[in-house]
Amino acid sequence: MPMTQQNVVRTRDVKKVFILGKIPLEALKGINLEIKRGEYISIMGPSGSGKSTLFNMIGGLDKPSEGKVYIDEVDVAQLDAYELAWLRCRKIGYIFQTFNLIPVMTALENVTLPMVFAGMSSDDSRSKGVELLELVGLGDRVQHKPLELSGGQQQRVAVARALANDPAIVLADEPTGNLDLKTGKEIISLLRRLNKEKEVTIISATHDLKMLDVSDRIFWIRDGRVERVEERSEIKLEVGTMEGEEA
Amino acid sequence: MDDEKENIQRQIVLPLRKALEISFKSLRIRFWRSIITTGGVILGIAFLMSIFTTDLVNKGLIEKGSAETSTLIQEEEEESSAQQIWLVSLSLLVCVVGITNAMLMSVTERYREIGTMKCLGALDTFIWKLFLLESFFQGLVGSFIGVVVGGGFVIMASLLRYGGQVIPAFPKLQFMGYALAALVIGVVISVIGAFFPASQAAKMVPAEAMRSEM
Repeated sequence: MPMTQQNVVRTRDVKKVFILGKIPLEALKGINLEIKRGEYISIMGPSGSGKSTLFNMIGGLDKPSEGKVYIDEVDVAQLDAYELAWLRCRKIGYIFQTFNLIPVMTALENVTLPMVFAGMSSDDSRSKGVELLELVGLGDRVQHKPLELSGGQQQRVAVARALANDPAIVLADEPTGNLDLKTGKEIISLLRRLNKEKEVTIISATHDLKMLDVSDRIFWIRDGRVERVEERSEIKLEVGTMEGEEA
Repeated sequence: MDDEKENIQRQIVLPLRKALEISFKSLRIRFWRSIITTGGVILGIAFLMSIFTTDLVNKGLIEKGSAETSTLIQEEEEESSAQQIWLVSLSLLVCVVGITNAMLMSVTERYREIGTMKCLGALDTFIWKLFLLESFFQGLVGSFIGVVVGGGFVIMASLLRYGGQVIPAFPKLQFMGYALAALVIGVVISVIGAFFPASQAAKMVPAEAMRSEM
């Protein structure tokens, strides 16, 4: 079978069932999607639609109950613990709604941690870490601890950390969820810039409509299924009405 | 079948030095938190050591002390020996429970941190090492202080009670042996106490760890 090198992420009939007490809850009911290298993808949907679950599947953070997830055409379910750790370390960068920086470490130490796990020497990782922090506009905050930084700054550190090992994919789970409008916009345009400059694929699960503007494609998830897929050109017209709905 | 695994490699196992570095830093930064955990070890081991030392002082005095002290101690010892063994085992048990509890707490409050580390590429064994090392150091420092405090206190007390005759009669070599034993016991207990929480932490699925609201 020829390799379609284009697809950086592919899922086939992904289902996920959670057992809550005694009642099985089908969070994902068969998701099929293909994401190409260099795309900026938004996974949109109301809370409870299963988008965070899908995010976890794509990121190799959780295993599907049924179906397959391929990252770079490799079936994630076939990987052992060491290969999975390598994948998380090198291929994927994660950004979370709650930033999830290690509170006891400085911005620089947070950014270099994935490089430490990748076995990089401390001199190399330090200079690369400073470089990345400069890239996200925090060159003067290198030695600050997370609690000494604002929410937007913390998320910038998280963005820099996600890029630590030059991943193919950056996965962002509600990256603007804990930020105000302005800082949210800044993070979105930062992600877009990195997507263009570094050609890194960005996949973000979100219900922030500000994301629509920069996304190449939007997957609308509802009730554990992909309801529809839209190109950016199609979506622009609807933004007004959607924002009206939310307010 | 898509069995093309050539673009996936195996994650390297980090050298122990790295785990040491991180666990050391984590202890230093959570200084007061660590002190509380260490406090449990200090108390347990100080108690154990004080009983060891009392025993040694008494033995020494029975052999080499003045006749009147010797008989006095022999009378006292007859009633207390069995009770002391019971007390020591009980205090050690309390010590284990205390340390396990403290380690469990420190793991629970760091679920998210553990999940994050796993997302960034940490192996399970690394998380293991991190927690076991932390607990090892806490055990080592706590036991050391416990030995000094417990041993020192009893020696001071017996100096006050029996005077200078204690010093020549005191079996110093045996005391060193007991001190070492207490140190080892303290460290072993701490590591055992951390064993269960560490394995809990290591085998957590990252997604699960991230979900927990702490």
